[in-house]
Amino acid sequence: MNKQITLAMGNGGEENNELISKVFYKAFKNDILEKSEDAAVIHAGELAFSTDSFTVSPLFFPGGDIGKLAICGTCNDLAMMGAKPKYLTCSVIIEEGFSTRELEKIVRSMKKELESNGAIVVSGDTKVVPRGSVDKIFINTTGIGEIQKKGISSNSISKEDVILVSRDLGRHGATIFAAREGIELSSSLESDCASLTHQVQALIEAGVKITALRDATRGGVSAVLNEWAKQSNICIEVQEDSIPVSAEVYGICEMLGFEAVNLANEGTFVLAIKKEDEQKALNILQTFENSSNAVKIADVSDEYIGKVVLLSSYGTKRFLDTPTGELLPRIC
Amino acid sequence: MSELQLKDLYDGFRNPEVIKGFAKLIAEEAKKLPHPINIMEVCGGHTHSIMKFGLPQLLPDNINFIHGPGCPVCIMPKERIDHAYILAELEDTILVTLGDMIKVPGSRGSLQDARAKGADVRFIYSPLDTLKIAEENPEKKIIFFAIGFETTTPMTTALIDIVLKRQIKNIFFHINHVTVPEVMVELIDSRDEHVDSYNNRIDAFLGPSHVSVITGSKIYEKFPKEYNRPVVVAGFEPVDVMEAIFMIVKQFNEGRCELEIEYKRLVTHDGNLKAQALIENYFEKASLFKWRGLGNVPESGYKLRPQFADIDAERIYADILPREEIEDHKLCICGDILRGMAKPDECTIFGTACKPQTPLGSCMVSSEGACAAYYKYGNLLK
Repeated sequence: MNKQITLAMGNGGEENNELISKVFYKAFKNDILEKSEDAAVIHAGELAFSTDSFTVSPLFFPGGDIGKLAICGTCNDLAMMGAKPKYLTCSVIIEEGFSTRELEKIVRSMKKELESNGAIVVSGDTKVVPRGSVDKIFINTTGIGEIQKKGISSNSISKEDVILVSRDLGRHGATIFAAREGIELSSSLESDCASLTHQVQALIEAGVKITALRDATRGGVSAVLNEWAKQSNICIEVQEDSIPVSAEVYGICEMLGFEAVNLANEGTFVLAIKKEDEQKALNILQTFENSSNAVKIADVSDEYIGKVVLLSSYGTKRFLDTPTGELLPRIC
Repeated sequence: MSELQLKDLYDGFRNPEVIKGFAKLIAEEAKKLPHPINIMEVCGGHTHSIMKFGLPQLLPDNINFIHGPGCPVCIMPKERIDHAYILAELEDTILVTLGDMIKVPGSRGSLQDARAKGADVRFIYSPLDTLKIAEENPEKKIIFFAIGFETTTPMTTALIDIVLKRQIKNIFFHINHVTVPEVMVELIDSRDEHVDSYNNRIDAFLGPSHVSVITGSKIYEKFPKEYNRPVVVAGFEPVDVMEAIFMIVKQFNEGRCELEIEYKRLVTHDGNLKAQALIENYFEKASLFKWRGLGNVPESGYKLRPQFADIDAERIYADILPREEIEDHKLCICGDILRGMAKPDECTIFGTACKPQTPLGSCMVSSEGACAAYYKYGNLLK
């Protein structure tokens, strides 16, 4: 591993996994942690428990802000284990000189998102640090949720399952990239940043046979599928032309040399559902505005165990790998 | 009328039916080939397209790709990356470069590593973005580490043009622009102590369209005439590449050896004359430029003309920039891969000591290098 921590080690891809396993897992090793789920399942399977820290530049972006992100992120991790978010903590580290008005704005959008999830903040912490010690504001949230459906796990996906995505991919990553300094792109694109609690609850209430759920944050859908392929010892065969991507995201990807499946999402999840419930799940998801274009993208096979294969509509195939490195535009 | 979207522009060039149609045509035509042919796609962008779209899977066994040296990031020698690293570490300096250049390791590490240690390294999408950085940081020196083939060279000269005309005093240049035809000659002509001749390994070339948008197709005229190698200038979409291969196969079957343009949408014989004039105005050829994996290639790189020494970081910082040559890794066979003598998986360190995260050779450093593409798309390739 590198002697210095590089940005690539926080990308949600391979270098990130290496850092986590060689430093943190090594030290904290225990059965619950090693399941590597979005949220830990504790208390005899009754509760889901998860934490996430948020840093984003710009703090306010089309479709959301760091506050909304901080609530959605943790609540979504809980929802992915079939849990209903209940209690959250909120810690903020603020840079000296930060605008109080902006802070209030961020907190207001946190409040709104908490209400939508039916969760409350029950404990918190505030630190202010000298200018330059952090970039404006960092937020950590930790949450506990009540598990509504037990046994959801990314370790038990099989050939009986199909793989769905809840909406078009890559909106958050493309929006942030287009908005960042140095990339002068104007677009009407908005982040997909949203809470997924309601969709998951609806699926559970309808009795859809859910095997696994995961929100496709850093590393995008390809990171999720690769983790699943390894954790469940399966091959995931993705039909390339079924992957939903909006025209704007596609355009940004083409220009900068990215693939939408590698871009981060903040309100998009991947589902492994028992085959017979595919249509039922899609029907439910499509009743929600931000999953109205939910679609099946892949089947499970045993052709290349531990791998994700992309099938083109003209009969070629290739591996879809876990993204590596820092996201950088291609030169030409 | 609905708005025109980028997707509309290339959808036709990714149309599955058209791709399959060309695959069928090529398969028919290839039956008549007098001998198997090796086509070198010179450009890393083509390598990337070929791998990404899985095109070798659609071609018969007697058509083989040789993945050429046309990735500006891959071929950047350690010596020059070290220059960038040293410049980045200078006080009150911002080193600016394009995209994935920052992850390629030199002998001291990559620019990403320099940044992690505290150097101010920034990547930009367009060289002109350097102007904004310079304006916002008047007390700092901005050094633009310029890289790329003929495609990106005019953008660097456009920046130089503005810097000189507006008399901007805090932007400097470290020039690493390279050119395509000279390295193609090198690949055809090169000899080696182990092999009698590399000659005849490359039967035809696929020329990159974006280079020829600038230079015109004329830069390749000598290859059919003097070297008996057909060249087809092709776009990067799968339909473009398939059509170009079909054109090459037909040339062999019809006994022709010509320069043809597949990418007629934008490529002309003469190219962009204004861009060429800008390059001519500011740059001259360096007598030698070292390519990672291939060694020194005559007349294959540009440098600033002497009258622009005031903005030439290579001259200004000559005292602190090392000149010693650094050997490529002993076990690395990138040179052979680039000449079509070996495939990446024949290398003993491929996928073991040499991986995309820890590349030892040029072909592994960027996603456009042949080894990186083989590593990524792996055993599904034929």
